[in-house]
Amino acid sequence: MSTLDHQEALAILRDMTRVRRFEERCVELYSGAKIRGFLHLYIGEEAVAVGVMHALGARDAIVATYREHGHALVRGVPARAIMAEMYGKAEGCSGGRGGSMHLFDASRRFYGGNAIVAGGLPVAVGLALAEKMQGRDGVVACFFGEGAIAEGEFHECMNLAALWQLPVLFCCENNLYAMGTALRRSESETDLSLKASSYEMPAWPVDGMDVIAVRDTATRAVDAVRNGGGPHFLELRTYRFRAHSMYDPELYREKAEVAQWKERDPIPAFVARAAIEQSEIDTIEADSKAEIDDAVAFAEQGTDEPLENLTRFVTSELGRT
Amino acid sequence: MTVTTYREACRQALREALVNDPRAFLMGEDVGEYGGCFAVSMGLLDEFGPERIRDTPLSESAFVGAGIGAAMGGMRPIVEIMTVNFSLLALDQILNNAATFLHMSGGQCNVPVVIRMTTGGGRQVGAQHSHSLEGWYAHIPGLRILTPATVADARGMLWPALLDPDPVLLFEHASLYNTSDDLPDDAGPVDITRAAVRRRGDDVTLIAYGGTLHLALEAAVELAKDGVEAEVIDLRSLRPLDDETIIDSVRRTHRAVVVDEGWRSGSISAEISARIAEHAFYDLDAPVERVCSAEVPMPYAKHLEDAALPTARAVVAAAQRTAGRG
Repeated sequence: MSTLDHQEALAILRDMTRVRRFEERCVELYSGAKIRGFLHLYIGEEAVAVGVMHALGARDAIVATYREHGHALVRGVPARAIMAEMYGKAEGCSGGRGGSMHLFDASRRFYGGNAIVAGGLPVAVGLALAEKMQGRDGVVACFFGEGAIAEGEFHECMNLAALWQLPVLFCCENNLYAMGTALRRSESETDLSLKASSYEMPAWPVDGMDVIAVRDTATRAVDAVRNGGGPHFLELRTYRFRAHSMYDPELYREKAEVAQWKERDPIPAFVARAAIEQSEIDTIEADSKAEIDDAVAFAEQGTDEPLENLTRFVTSELGRT
Repeated sequence: MTVTTYREACRQALREALVNDPRAFLMGEDVGEYGGCFAVSMGLLDEFGPERIRDTPLSESAFVGAGIGAAMGGMRPIVEIMTVNFSLLALDQILNNAATFLHMSGGQCNVPVVIRMTTGGGRQVGAQHSHSLEGWYAHIPGLRILTPATVADARGMLWPALLDPDPVLLFEHASLYNTSDDLPDDAGPVDITRAAVRRRGDDVTLIAYGGTLHLALEAAVELAKDGVEAEVIDLRSLRPLDDETIIDSVRRTHRAVVVDEGWRSGSISAEISARIAEHAFYDLDAPVERVCSAEVPMPYAKHLEDAALPTARAVVAAAQRTAGRG
């Protein structure tokens, strides 16, 4: 482990805890029919989003997937706005029009949960092109699952980003299953970094259950990308502890495998390594609970978008720019 | 006035955009060193350089999506797709992202991208280069669909499209590039929100757009010889449709023929016919007629392709039927 300031360790634990507890609350709220539609949980994968986000700055941009509650939360989108979005309320971060899979916050350069697998990659490439053409030094972090690697858009984008040397950090969250399809059942070559490196792009596999490994590798990659090193690819090896969505009976994987990965739970592993005191954990847990309680209360009091606004935002109201 | 080709008018529009807005750039397959598949961007690489006249790999989804992302990041991309058939490789980006982000983000993320592509048949290039799918795109809320049919519109539609905060698709009928017309020396941006009446008449309304406008105008000349004065409407925009211009005309002429190079079933002509039925049913003296492409993938052989496409003669016959002279 690299040097780790204790305050920073607490901040990392705080973020992983917030994500874990937020997702657990979402399960309860889904069971209580407060949240509907699809719900994809990030439990088990927290070290990935937290580690990468701690390597980014405010000027950087993020494109995420439909499993993005944690990314939004760690990026700084208020829990209130995220929860209100889950509730489909006007106060939600997408005005109740996006839902769980489409959290947006342009003010934090959080360009969405995209629910088309690999559909966010071209957008990330374009955001990076805009950075480069305007002489800015922002990095675009683009998250996607390993399932995206089977899509043509992935290959088109790896090529284009490398060809044009664009500032994209491709963050492949390899949780081994594309919904129910195991990586080994869908890819002829399962070494994802090897695939990425064929595009003349630095590509590094990372233990995605080790938040410090993720943060350190992401920091190194972000620095390189920011300094004109072109796109980089991280394969973040992780595992989702829960089903794909609330509709998934998990027929495709063994309970023993899930149990084995749970032994590598990134949160207790980090607590042990970072020598965090129980009293500090208690504070973080209490703060997280308070934040989520507040978010739920806010969402409960949220208002429904008036029906006369149904077709708002199909076209812009901001006039011509 | 200068006699100008449609192709040159498109090029002048691109040049104007690139000169006036430093955020604007053109990207697509062979737009640079090759000079554009249809030679529209010939010479622009020398003038503006490879950063702003950007050749892309054959990756429609990636470069259309990159246009969307670059637009969100503060640029004003003009993306060229070689033909509408190839745009299907980017349909995910156009529909799921460009047309959707603004709404899905609750109004936060508008996408000011312009996507140009060729459309239409008549060049014996078979079933994967000849279709007219602009009517499909007109089905999608969140997109503006423009179909410049004249040299003036080829010259004037790009700039207002670029000023639009939302995605605009421009369909250039490939058969028009070599056509020419007088263009005023001070030609510039045009209104993109209204249809245009290209010929006045009181007996029947011919509603056309893009490549079919010229068939309708040709048909109107023929009809006049027979004493039928046709009004010709150039839709110019397929989304939104200018209902007012269409309905006002049909209320006056009491007869309508819609000319559409798309396939008849589920086409933009079907939409226009439905709107006429909804808003002017009692003003009609005859059923609405449609002249569309035959419902086949476009064949190669010239006589077969000619038979598949709308013709001025078919428009004349349809108009005469509405006038009880068929």
